[in-house]
Amino acid sequence: MARIDLDHIRHSYLPNATLEEHFALREVHHTFEDGGAYALLGPSGCGKTTLLNIISGLLKPSHGKLLFDGKDITRLSTQERNIAQVFQFPVIYDTMTVYDNLAFPLRNRGVPEAEVDHKVRETLDMIDLADWAKRKARGLTADQKQKISLGRGLVRSDVNAILFDEPLTVIDPHMKWVLRSQLKQLHRRYGHTMIYVTHDQTEALTFAEHVVVMYDGQIVQIGTPAELFEQPRHTFVGYFIGSPGMNFLPAEIEGRAARIGAQRIELPGAPALNGGKVELGIRPEYVRVGREGMPVSITRIDDVGRHKVLRADLEGQAIAAIVGEDAEIPAEPRIRFEPAGINIYADSWRVEMQGGPASHGGKGA
Amino acid sequence: MDKTWNNKAWFLVLPVLVLVAFSAVIPLMTVVNYSVQDTFGNNQFFWAGTEWFEELLRSDRFWAAMGRNLIFSFIILAIEVPLGIFIALNMPRKGWGVPVCLVLMALPLLIPWNVVGTIWQVFGRTDIGLLGYTLNAIGIDYNYVRDPFDAWMTVIVMDVWHWTSLVVLLCYAGLVSIPDAFYQAAKIDGASRWSVFRYIQLPKMQRVLLIAVLLRFMDSFMIYTEPFVVTGGGPGNSTTFLSIDLVKMALGQFDLGPAAAMSLVYFLIVLLLSWVFYTVMTNYDAER
Repeated sequence: MARIDLDHIRHSYLPNATLEEHFALREVHHTFEDGGAYALLGPSGCGKTTLLNIISGLLKPSHGKLLFDGKDITRLSTQERNIAQVFQFPVIYDTMTVYDNLAFPLRNRGVPEAEVDHKVRETLDMIDLADWAKRKARGLTADQKQKISLGRGLVRSDVNAILFDEPLTVIDPHMKWVLRSQLKQLHRRYGHTMIYVTHDQTEALTFAEHVVVMYDGQIVQIGTPAELFEQPRHTFVGYFIGSPGMNFLPAEIEGRAARIGAQRIELPGAPALNGGKVELGIRPEYVRVGREGMPVSITRIDDVGRHKVLRADLEGQAIAAIVGEDAEIPAEPRIRFEPAGINIYADSWRVEMQGGPASHGGKGA
Repeated sequence: MDKTWNNKAWFLVLPVLVLVAFSAVIPLMTVVNYSVQDTFGNNQFFWAGTEWFEELLRSDRFWAAMGRNLIFSFIILAIEVPLGIFIALNMPRKGWGVPVCLVLMALPLLIPWNVVGTIWQVFGRTDIGLLGYTLNAIGIDYNYVRDPFDAWMTVIVMDVWHWTSLVVLLCYAGLVSIPDAFYQAAKIDGASRWSVFRYIQLPKMQRVLLIAVLLRFMDSFMIYTEPFVVTGGGPGNSTTFLSIDLVKMALGQFDLGPAAAMSLVYFLIVLLLSWVFYTVMTNYDAER
């Protein structure tokens, strides 16, 4: 287990790339702490798999350094880095038994057979496949195969990190939950450094302590699931996380208030702006529908089971709100924003607001 | 699930049945007809029963040709399969090399069989052939017309040159279907080159190898054109394989009865051996 430092990593699949858009990874500078559970979350093509392959050594970065526990390993091969990786499609050696599959990485490293046996049996218990040890790996289900892929990493006690590249893609929905919670348990019990790549926000938010959101070759925010939800640093994070995503409304700022069309909204503090395009972001969960506030016209109501998603028009802007399943919607609906849920963005990046609701206009202490 | 029985479906397979009847069943039946009769000029037929079959199974000439043919098939399989795998493993997976290699590999397969024979017949000649002349010039006594060993070598090398490509192309198709993740996982697991071959590449090639072995066995066991053009079955009878012997008997001596009996036995042997190969290899597959 190790701490992983990414030191100004940039990568391009083209030789001699110069232009910014040639880079699949624009610049990543980040530390994965020892024993942490991280998720790399982002849409397809955002560079998350590239980053993962750089960590595992399957790709050499065009620029920058990679350190495990402070040691530069940028030039080391995958094997020398001593990491484990679980791929999108289960990789098993189908002519071998389950037992031999798990023993394979140890035997390749010349571990004595007695120790191999001990480690393999321990791992089989960890991944719940002890009864299947003597079976050929070929006939197993997708989730069992994926467990074997994971097991081949767990069996090596000295792995620096376990990397997951969208490992649940081919798993049935009901097994996804089971596998994910087993994974979390394993992490809690054995404390491997785990990095989990996914484009599924539910997977990322339930698995990881820290979610690294990537967009267009860059890390846009690193935070706990709560931080990503409450205070997205970038409009992309707000839009990508949540269902539906955050509402963004073009706004003008007047001191401690925002103006959207003819409407004036009091802010918890004065945003520190430096020009740029200003937007007010509010999650649908913080939009209250009732008889008070700003008038809207409702365009559609979707009942998604536990709650309803209300789509409306506010001053010519589309806005979504989440209302309770039994909530009564007045004939002339009005909405107001929960002040705690308001975020202000300038040129897509979040700006701090100075002074909480208690202090009046002065700089925050 | 309940099966639906609908006899109208027979009409859909009828064209195939008719085609197979005319191309295979009816010709085969005429052969059966000849095999149990003795023919004389003027289209006179006399019932011979199993006489031709008994004679054939007692004939040394038949068993000798069969022995030569089995040895030949065994040798070319032993060369072409490993060599084909080896070449397929070393072919490039991407870039400009792929089409170049594929075309080079496909070339021998595109040449008509008798042309292949002619090419090697000329190539091996000691007076004007590049191979034959060169070998003799550097002091190796090579003459496929006189020496049985040289004749065998020529026929085997020719077959390897002609057909290894088929094994290569089949294996290559199997290899390129392996996702990159398998190689990456093997790297992470610290697998050696040999382990990658043994546990990833070979299992993935197994199905195509089965087809390759079957095709090459059947083809080599029925080989006729190329050795006929190069050696004509000689020197002596040293390269007279079953089909060459059959043609000598049927068309050279015009012994239709014995030739028909031999055709049937020959056909059954090919069928039987192919079935054995197939069963052994698929069972092996199921056990693993």
